[in-house]
Amino acid sequence: MFKGKDIVSIKELSKEEINRIFEVAEEMIPIAKGEKKSNILQGYVLATLFFEPSTRTRLSFETAMQRLGGSVIGFTNPKATSISKGETLADTISIVDLYSDVIVIRHPFEGSARLAAEFAEHPVINAGDGAGQHPTQTLLDLFTVVREFGEIKGLNVALIGDLKYGRTVHSLAYILSCLDANLYLVSPSLLRMPKHIIRELKNKPVETDNLEEILDEIDVFYVTRIQKERFPDPTEYRKVAGTYRITRKLLSKAKKNSIVMHPLPRVDEISPEVDHLPNARYFQQAFNGVPIRMALLALVLGVI
Amino acid sequence: MEEEKTLKVQKIKNGIVIDHIPCGRALKVLKILNIQGDIGSSVSIAMHVRSRYGWKDIVKIEDRYLEERELNKIALVAPAATVNIIKDYKVVKKHRVEVPERIVGIVRCTNPRCITNQNEPLTTEFYVISKDPLIIKCKYCERDMEPEEIFENII
Repeated sequence: MFKGKDIVSIKELSKEEINRIFEVAEEMIPIAKGEKKSNILQGYVLATLFFEPSTRTRLSFETAMQRLGGSVIGFTNPKATSISKGETLADTISIVDLYSDVIVIRHPFEGSARLAAEFAEHPVINAGDGAGQHPTQTLLDLFTVVREFGEIKGLNVALIGDLKYGRTVHSLAYILSCLDANLYLVSPSLLRMPKHIIRELKNKPVETDNLEEILDEIDVFYVTRIQKERFPDPTEYRKVAGTYRITRKLLSKAKKNSIVMHPLPRVDEISPEVDHLPNARYFQQAFNGVPIRMALLALVLGVI
Repeated sequence: MEEEKTLKVQKIKNGIVIDHIPCGRALKVLKILNIQGDIGSSVSIAMHVRSRYGWKDIVKIEDRYLEERELNKIALVAPAATVNIIKDYKVVKKHRVEVPERIVGIVRCTNPRCITNQNEPLTTEFYVISKDPLIIKCKYCERDMEPEEIFENII
């Protein structure tokens, strides 16, 4: 089902495929933690092509490959490659495809992973293309929620912060809605979720700019960073940013078993005092990137 | 017959008549067919003429026939158009244009940050999300385009 499959957009994965990825990811957890050893990807080469900076995504892909016994080639500074000489992405991909068994790409232009998938014979995994898709982030977000609650259907999920530019929330909203979660879109009016994203949602979400008013209904708080540069007026930014700050006090009014997630990096939208509360899941979420990416690598390479 | 009653435009001997173009889009049809002043045959345009269903534009081009790619392009600006092929003053064939399921190589993506706008060896491709109103989605960047954007970006 998965051998040779490109992972470009979350929209191309069926419910069954997502369940299978989660099933394998669950088995990968002890290996991801280093408690068990595995060599199932020995002899395989992963190429990581990062045309844009990334910390967690790149490191977790590399960890995933190495934990399974595979090796990694790649670059993080395209200025030092032939791309700076004007080589097309298509050519770069065709060449790297000859050197590796699977390609992970992050690129500033939207649709670049689709291009890569067309030019490579080997499977391509999209690690973020501009403001477009970032399917492995969406999968690890979803995996975090599923591990916590077992079932997505009927869960009340609040997506909070920058819903306009934040690409992770676009794909996440799509998939949560496909799986029948109830969505609450909480953002300042300047940063509301674009209409074309809302149009694709299965059920109509609740849209509000007031987090307090829905606080006690929410199971999952998915918080995103509000970027200062989005606001023409710095005073306006400070006012807005403060409104969506997750604190111990705020969570004391929330459901007891609610969880707080964040794709990270955070600036000050979650107070550090929340890190030690039972609601905090963002570090667990970041760790889940490893087993999810291990599962994907093993599946697309056809060893499982 | 209706055409004869309402139009003051000469019949053509050989060529095509593109009929049922939505009002105001005749010039767009000429633009997408790349018809400028130097084609060596006559072009007649009738804009805002009465038809059975209201108002329409008509374009007549002498000594010119259309390839399928061009018919698809017309469908993007005039989804209900008919293309009549005229030989010796008679209609010998009538085509109804149709918006295809996939639009390949005839529209540029409106997203400046789409990989198809970056000098890569790619042909643009769009899925048709809705035919009326026409909404298409870029296969690469997944951005939706609405009618006005589509007209402006026909290659």
